[in-house]
Amino acid sequence: MTTRDGPAPIQLIVNGQSRSVEADRDAPLLSVLRDDLGLLGTRTGCLEGRCGSCTVHVDGRAVQTCTTPLWSVTGRKIDTIDGAAPGSAIARVRDAFLHEQAAQCGYCVNGIIMTIASLIAGPAAPDRGHILTVLDERHLCRCGAHPRMLRALDRLLAETAA
Amino acid sequence: MLDRWIGADRKGLVVRSGKVELGQGIATTMAAIAASELRVDPLQVRVMPADTTLAPNEGYTAGSFSVEHGGPAMRVAAAMAREVFADAAARHLGAEADDLVVQDGLFRMPGQNAAISYGELAEVVDLHVSALDRAFPPLLGLSDTALGLKRPDLPAKLSGAAYVQDIRLPGMLFGRMLRPTAPNLRLVNFDRELVARLPGVVTVVVQGSFAGVVAQRDDQALAAIATARKSARWAAISTLPADDDALSWMDAMPVPPRHVATAEGEPPEGRRLTARFVRPYLLHASVGPTCAVADWRDDGATVHTHSQGIYPLRGQMARVLGVPVDSLTLIHAHGAGCYGHNGADDVALDAAILSRAVKAPVMVLWSRRDEMTWSPHAAAMRVELGAALSDDGRVTDWHCRVESAPHLARPGMGEDPNLLAAAEMEGPVPAAPPVVKPPVATPGFSISDRGGDRNARPLYDLPRLTVLHHELPQGPLRSSAMRALGAHLNVYAIEGFMDELAQAVGSDPLAFRLRHISDPRALAVIRAAAHSAAWDENDVGGEGTGRGLALARYKNTGAYYACVVRVAVEESVRVLSVHGAVDAGRVIHPDGLLNQIEGGVVQAASWTLLERAGWDKDGFTVQGWDSYPIWGFRDIPPIHTTVIASEDPSLGAGECAAGPVAAAIGNAVAHALGVRVRQMPITRDRLLAAIQGEM
Ligand code: FES
Ligand code: FES
Repeated sequence: MTTRDGPAPIQLIVNGQSRSVEADRDAPLLSVLRDDLGLLGTRTGCLEGRCGSCTVHVDGRAVQTCTTPLWSVTGRKIDTIDGAAPGSAIARVRDAFLHEQAAQCGYCVNGIIMTIASLIAGPAAPDRGHILTVLDERHLCRCGAHPRMLRALDRLLAETAA
Repeated sequence: MLDRWIGADRKGLVVRSGKVELGQGIATTMAAIAASELRVDPLQVRVMPADTTLAPNEGYTAGSFSVEHGGPAMRVAAAMAREVFADAAARHLGAEADDLVVQDGLFRMPGQNAAISYGELAEVVDLHVSALDRAFPPLLGLSDTALGLKRPDLPAKLSGAAYVQDIRLPGMLFGRMLRPTAPNLRLVNFDRELVARLPGVVTVVVQGSFAGVVAQRDDQALAAIATARKSARWAAISTLPADDDALSWMDAMPVPPRHVATAEGEPPEGRRLTARFVRPYLLHASVGPTCAVADWRDDGATVHTHSQGIYPLRGQMARVLGVPVDSLTLIHAHGAGCYGHNGADDVALDAAILSRAVKAPVMVLWSRRDEMTWSPHAAAMRVELGAALSDDGRVTDWHCRVESAPHLARPGMGEDPNLLAAAEMEGPVPAAPPVVKPPVATPGFSISDRGGDRNARPLYDLPRLTVLHHELPQGPLRSSAMRALGAHLNVYAIEGFMDELAQAVGSDPLAFRLRHISDPRALAVIRAAAHSAAWDENDVGGEGTGRGLALARYKNTGAYYACVVRVAVEESVRVLSVHGAVDAGRVIHPDGLLNQIEGGVVQAASWTLLERAGWDKDGFTVQGWDSYPIWGFRDIPPIHTTVIASEDPSLGAGECAAGPVAAAIGNAVAHALGVRVRQMPITRDRLLAAIQGEM
């Protein structure tokens, strides 16, 4: 199917629903999610792949959307924090963050939740040291809410171990 | 008028505070205070954003004053509103207002079932009454639910749209700015026609050296700016001095000092010590981009902004735009963490100019590079201390000289609008219209505190004290208020120097300080911190580990904070633990207090160990996150905080930890190495230089 003057629409599966997007193939996934699909829980940050606030799941793996072109996720399964189903790994991590009040401004938090969710839900047993290394490679928090986020992480690791 | 603070409709109660949410959780504190006096569940109280048509004008949300000043105002307003509702409830229930009890948002006669709620009374109650005409109401105090309140704003923030960056108005366009890459450059021109033809571009706006594009989508606006940059020509409007670790450029700008404290008579005899401490320019470096949405119509404009002071900003924007103040409505929206005067005010003007050009709503987001170069920086500073010691090991004279770039350059604080676009646009800015009041109403910005001298006065008992402040009119980089202002370096210097003095008389740092403190609250805080860290005066340090102690009362009138920090010095400095104690008066929201302290500790440690912004011949040395590292998860030590129980008035706590944490790190490093690093940040290079005796 083609439209009158635009490129062919690109098919995505976003939060379990198939969506068709008519945007430039090279448009960053971040702007497609926020401006074409209205999913605003994925934050716009540095746009340089450094702060992690734009992180979502692509086929279950944490991905920074500001540096991900739309064409590269054609037909892939994308999950955002907006669509977190109750009981999902994303919702579990989010609940732990709320329980520990693990935020100040909260701007960085959604991306961090997505990365932690992908790591604790993965096939390998989650390893705290590895998770911290990944968080430091991919995320920044300027408010200094880390102590609380670490408490939320430890709560999750204890639950997972139990 | 009471309805500027409190409102009611069938759904219940809403509160508005002139203090804005900056990520510090103040909305929660305000809800807790209001709900306690109204005797309703805090979760039933909706906190509305501040805007210039409805919210009280409380100047700026800054200086840790929100709880101290905004809190009591909210408390009294809520108690008055309760009384107005009680009168209405009494009429409804056929009782005397004084006999009614209110609980869980319901008014009733004790022992009776008939009850009426705030929501049910909303239609008959008029809160548009003057607060000044009413008798001072009885205050009920904090309820238990308020003390344990979870932040009501977090569930929404952790799921969907919540910030100014998430506002989507019908027909909204996106604007991006073209700004230079060196502090002394101004735009000359670029290929406007080419840019105007790019996909999605609606218009290109150029006024003097102000330039921006408006496009259908944000990614299109970004692409257009990237193209514009390729053909842009820039001109230098001044020569930059060389930047170095000692801030030698300050030497070329002599300014007469302001006397903050002046000692009389001749200085005493005795052993004298001196030391000089330096802090470079720092960045706010919020994770979210600076952003505003402006919607310009024929009869005026609405601007959504994360500014700290919507009223002062409105006055200056009206002045620059040449429109009546009343034609602008500013509405506060949550932004990413705000630690002081960042680019929020500037981008509000950018958005208004671009929206005026297209007569449509426009969102402007700043790029990471503009954010880290053109937002006001935290001011660079130098502090020179001198002291005399008596034979019995007491300080008999103290001399302090502070040199700093401006710490207070908010819109409306001087002659200039202090808005970036105003400086870039051609033509003189009209003089301030008389309706713009300078923000003197906010205490802490009075002449006695220019930011650079904040906490320059030690809290110790000193028989002689001289404090001089040289405030440079303008340094090479734009600077203004950032969290703690001068307190970060002043406390670093004072507390470092106290350790040097203690060492000079062979005294333990804790014992030496105790000898110079008579303020009981300061004593309680420093003892609590030392106790929780199991301070051992026989710990000789060395071997790569050390511990340091520091204490301050923020602004000399705010919250007290003391801490003991342990470090390991390896390749670089690793913080092993922070044991702190705080006295912030009566605590309204305990978890909010701890959150503010933890965040303050982490941010100040990051400033002190890692951060520096500057310039070289190619322009700004910071271009983005890669050139401005900050603390991450693996840097975080255990942070213990003892909260001193107090019935004194509540004090803000967001800034009190910064100075003491920095100083305790410096002292711990000195304890570990035997040499002191007097220039921040305490990087690997500085450690090596200190060890080699170069500092
Ligand atoms: S916005 Fe994508 S990493 Fe910062
Ligand atoms: S909570 Fe504000 S940036 Fe992390």
